[in-house]
Amino acid sequence: MLRQRWTKVLVFAVCLGPIFWLCWRAWNHNLTANPIEFITRFTGDWTIRFIVFTLAVTPLRKLLGLPDLIRFRRMIGLYAFFYGTLHFITYIWLDKFFDLPDMFKDVVKRPFITAGFTAFLLMLPLALTSTAGWIRRLGGKRWQLLHRLIYFTGIAGVVHYYWLVKSDIRLPVMYGAFVGVLLLYRAAAWAVKRRPVKTPARPVTAISPGALRDNP
Amino acid sequence: MLIKRPADIRYSEITPKHTYMNRRSFLAGVPAAFLGARELLSPSGRALAGVKLPNVQKSQYTVNEKLNSYQDVSTYNNFYEFGTDKDQPAVYAKNFKTSPWTVSVEGDCAKPGKFTIEEIMSLAPLEERIYRHRCVEAWSIVVPWVGYSLSALLAKVEPTAKAKYVAFETLYDRKQMPHAAGLQFPYVEGLRMDEAMHPLALLCTGMFGEALPPQDGAPVRIILPWKYGFKSIKSIIKIKLVGGMPATSWSMANPQEYGFYSNVNPKVDHPRWSQGSERRLGEFGKRPTLMFNGYGDQVASLYSGMDLKKNY
Repeated sequence: MLRQRWTKVLVFAVCLGPIFWLCWRAWNHNLTANPIEFITRFTGDWTIRFIVFTLAVTPLRKLLGLPDLIRFRRMIGLYAFFYGTLHFITYIWLDKFFDLPDMFKDVVKRPFITAGFTAFLLMLPLALTSTAGWIRRLGGKRWQLLHRLIYFTGIAGVVHYYWLVKSDIRLPVMYGAFVGVLLLYRAAAWAVKRRPVKTPARPVTAISPGALRDNP
Repeated sequence: MLIKRPADIRYSEITPKHTYMNRRSFLAGVPAAFLGARELLSPSGRALAGVKLPNVQKSQYTVNEKLNSYQDVSTYNNFYEFGTDKDQPAVYAKNFKTSPWTVSVEGDCAKPGKFTIEEIMSLAPLEERIYRHRCVEAWSIVVPWVGYSLSALLAKVEPTAKAKYVAFETLYDRKQMPHAAGLQFPYVEGLRMDEAMHPLALLCTGMFGEALPPQDGAPVRIILPWKYGFKSIKSIIKIKLVGGMPATSWSMANPQEYGFYSNVNPKVDHPRWSQGSERRLGEFGKRPTLMFNGYGDQVASLYSGMDLKKNY
């Protein structure tokens, strides 16, 4: 079923849900007494959620035995970038009003901004090289290596959130736990793979470029 | 040239002298009587919130700035006992029981005592004071609070020479506050004696001419317009006069970021963000933050000679 074309359309639409919800609340003048803070938090929340979703695709494929989930990984990752971009735009436009010197000061002086900005920058090359053409140009292996930057995006995102809250660290700790578990899964998978194997090794293809296409 | 004709009859001749001399306590008694009557009529009334406070007088301690809406002030709150998100206190404090309520005033004073909320409301005439209120999170509001100078209550208990500081405590009732998080409770705050006795320090029981809603610190709180909002402790049950500097909640949670004084100061940044500007709720751009939140003329002398970078 996951191979059917409409599933992709469905996931695409569902991922747009948060932004429609935000627009609906804006339309109804229901963005709290501090709309800019609300929009900043809302887009930030959805960025880290989509980063977690992206990181969860590979483990879920293996654990649930649903290899076709790979079809959605690029889209979910691009949505993380989409919400991250909205979050960033909210900051530079609504919060800082394009005051570049002030922003520069922030990035240097405020560790939580530094972490958030790093997380965003790390997503840029991934978004740019998300096309099949770029996979071909870079070669599967190198492409895959590059896209492991998402691990650092996840870590930087969690640190950004953790450093930003005043005292209630429950949510950043929760996202930290998600990211931690998802990265530990990879570390464990890597350790298992490195162990000398007695049975003939299967070809090492965590992901082949072809797998990203709709109908492999 | 005749500048001012003496009135034919003087006010003091109309009102009996005794009543005239005690007019303040009479005026002050009106809201208390009113609230008391209301309480008799609906003894289950768990909160006075929203009750119009009669006989509220104008005050000299008022700024002439555009008020924030009641909606802003009552739905955007930091009150961690009722959840750490700004919209949560309005929801989770809805059924907060603020009547009956007593405040114990104790410690180094000659006449310690327990005051019911009705007694507190009738201790001195209620005034409306429009204050700027600046949160440490770099947003601000303008609110018409109702109350009187905290000094009136403190004078009542006659602090002794040993009293150098005042410690405040918020009610903590886990049953009523299941969403409390992010801090150690009960919430505690403190002031130096001279800060507490400063006329701007407001013992506040209302806003917008009505009794405080729970999320804004009902039934009685402090308002300190020259300090960051978290100093203005809510829903007070205990006021204690003490000799040493009392512990304060945010400073206990993070001593590098929140000090005892926590005066609004655009020149001393929060370690994680700038305090140089603020967003007034309802405005798009930011406005510069003023030293002592614009109350420097009144309060700067309290801190003369102090290094405000060290005593943040």
